[in-house]
Amino acid sequence: MKMQYGFPIIVGLAIFIGLLTAPFAVGTMTKTYKQPELKLPANEKKCIESTEFMRTEHMQLLNEWRDWALRDGKRIYTNHEGKEFVISLQNTCMKCHNNKADFCDKCHDDAGVSPYCWDCHIQPEGLK
Amino acid sequence: MKNNRRTFIKLAGIAAAGLAVAPKAMASSGGHSPVKVNPEAVHAKQWAMVIDTTKVHTEEAIAELSKVCHAIHNVPSIEGKREVKWLWSDEYGHTFPEQENPHLAEEVHHRTYMLLCNHCENPPCVRVCPTKATYKRPDGIVAMDYHRCIGCRYCMAGCPYGSRSFNWGEPRKNLDLSKLNPEFPTRMRGVVEKCNFCVERLAVGKMPACVEASKGAIVFGDLYDPDSEVRKVLREKFTIRRKPSAGTEPCVYYVI
Ligand code: HEC
Ligand code: HEC
Ligand code: HEC
Repeated sequence: MKMQYGFPIIVGLAIFIGLLTAPFAVGTMTKTYKQPELKLPANEKKCIESTEFMRTEHMQLLNEWRDWALRDGKRIYTNHEGKEFVISLQNTCMKCHNNKADFCDKCHDDAGVSPYCWDCHIQPEGLK
Repeated sequence: MKNNRRTFIKLAGIAAAGLAVAPKAMASSGGHSPVKVNPEAVHAKQWAMVIDTTKVHTEEAIAELSKVCHAIHNVPSIEGKREVKWLWSDEYGHTFPEQENPHLAEEVHHRTYMLLCNHCENPPCVRVCPTKATYKRPDGIVAMDYHRCIGCRYCMAGCPYGSRSFNWGEPRKNLDLSKLNPEFPTRMRGVVEKCNFCVERLAVGKMPACVEASKGAIVFGDLYDPDSEVRKVLREKFTIRRKPSAGTEPCVYYVI
């Protein structure tokens, strides 16, 4: 069976699909996501766990931390190297990462997340 | 053939037994537990408090304790119906409505009484909380997990002592932001809050702040340890509790 208006339909479809996928194609060809410049703690070399783990899993770790501290009443965390940390967002994480704006917020602004933790927890810069 | 069936049944039996124990065996081979209790922490079966009202009974003295408590826990100061309070004071009739009589000793009747969460052994607030945001810890403290509070205020309706306050507005608007305790969080609009018997201090081996500031007028200890400080006082002095008929078994006792 002969296709009615076959040529314009195929061309039209090709152009449509081309436009639809153009942003992805152009995006992957010209840009790769670069993590923003972070201000890392000056006097410390290592985080609680490995940098890769922290980068991808810190929200899960914080979630476990708050349950361990409040629900189970256990406030000492032992990391994979056997080093111990007091479980606390304000008094542990933010003692090393002592500027929320230059650290946490940098990534979060990029990723479009705004954790509500700071409605209650006090950032190291203090409140104004 | 006969033999085969027997081995099959035997193997099936062993496999079934294996299934029953496997989860436990696997869980225990999962390495060390990454969390533990701070070795300095102090422990109890049921924390309890005895307030000697012969020693602390004026509005000013109690306001002093309240200031200490509210400062370390970043409790906002708000006047009127939207007040948020962890430690406060009231007159005899409001404190012990069931123990009123028309000819009470005048001196006792005119004292001001220090009030706080009673950390009941049978807490109605815990029973009614739909999200388990408020819960009883193994050491008896009625704790709050603010992360789970949805602000339904059932706990406030359940508490016979008015120990809970609701944040009608942003508490930070009524706090002096330059004098916050940076080690402790604030709360936010829409959650209920109350005294926590200073869990965060007990976790590092310190006594509650009001006990420390009371110069001996308040004692704190384990209700189930016959040798504890509180049991010693309870044995020697006459004490009463708030609204005993509510059946909540409060753990704050008042020496009269
Ligand atoms: C002892 C100090 C210290 C503590 C405590 C600490 N960090 Fe870190 N953290 C660091 C250092 C140093 C780095 C950078 C590591 C590197 O350069 O490899 C880092 C890296 C990170 C990263 C990855 C940054 C990146 O480059 O991608 C995240 C996310 C992070 N920390 C979050 C946290 C959180 C959340 C907590 C609390 C649970 C915490 N940190 C506690 C010192 C600390
Ligand atoms: C390397 C970049 C990076 C850094 C640094 C970083 N975060 Fe994150 N964080 C993220 C990303 C990306 C997400 C969102 C992940 C998702 O939605 O799956 C996130 C999510 C979170 C969440 C969960 C939010 C939610 O709404 O689910 C919390 C809590 C959090 N971060 C806390 C922190 C704290 C505290 C710090 C600073 C100590 C920090 N993060 C630093 C990248 C970062
Ligand atoms: C409604 C107020 C509120 C919000 C919102 C909140 N927290 Fe908390 N958080 C608290 C309070 C109060 C404590 C109790 C502190 C204590 O007992 O030491 C606490 C304790 C914790 C603890 C354990 C102990 C400590 O000192 O840090 C962790 C971890 C924690 N919060 C993480 C988070 C994270 C991550 C978020 C955001 C996703 C968050 N919290 C949001 C009020 C809040």
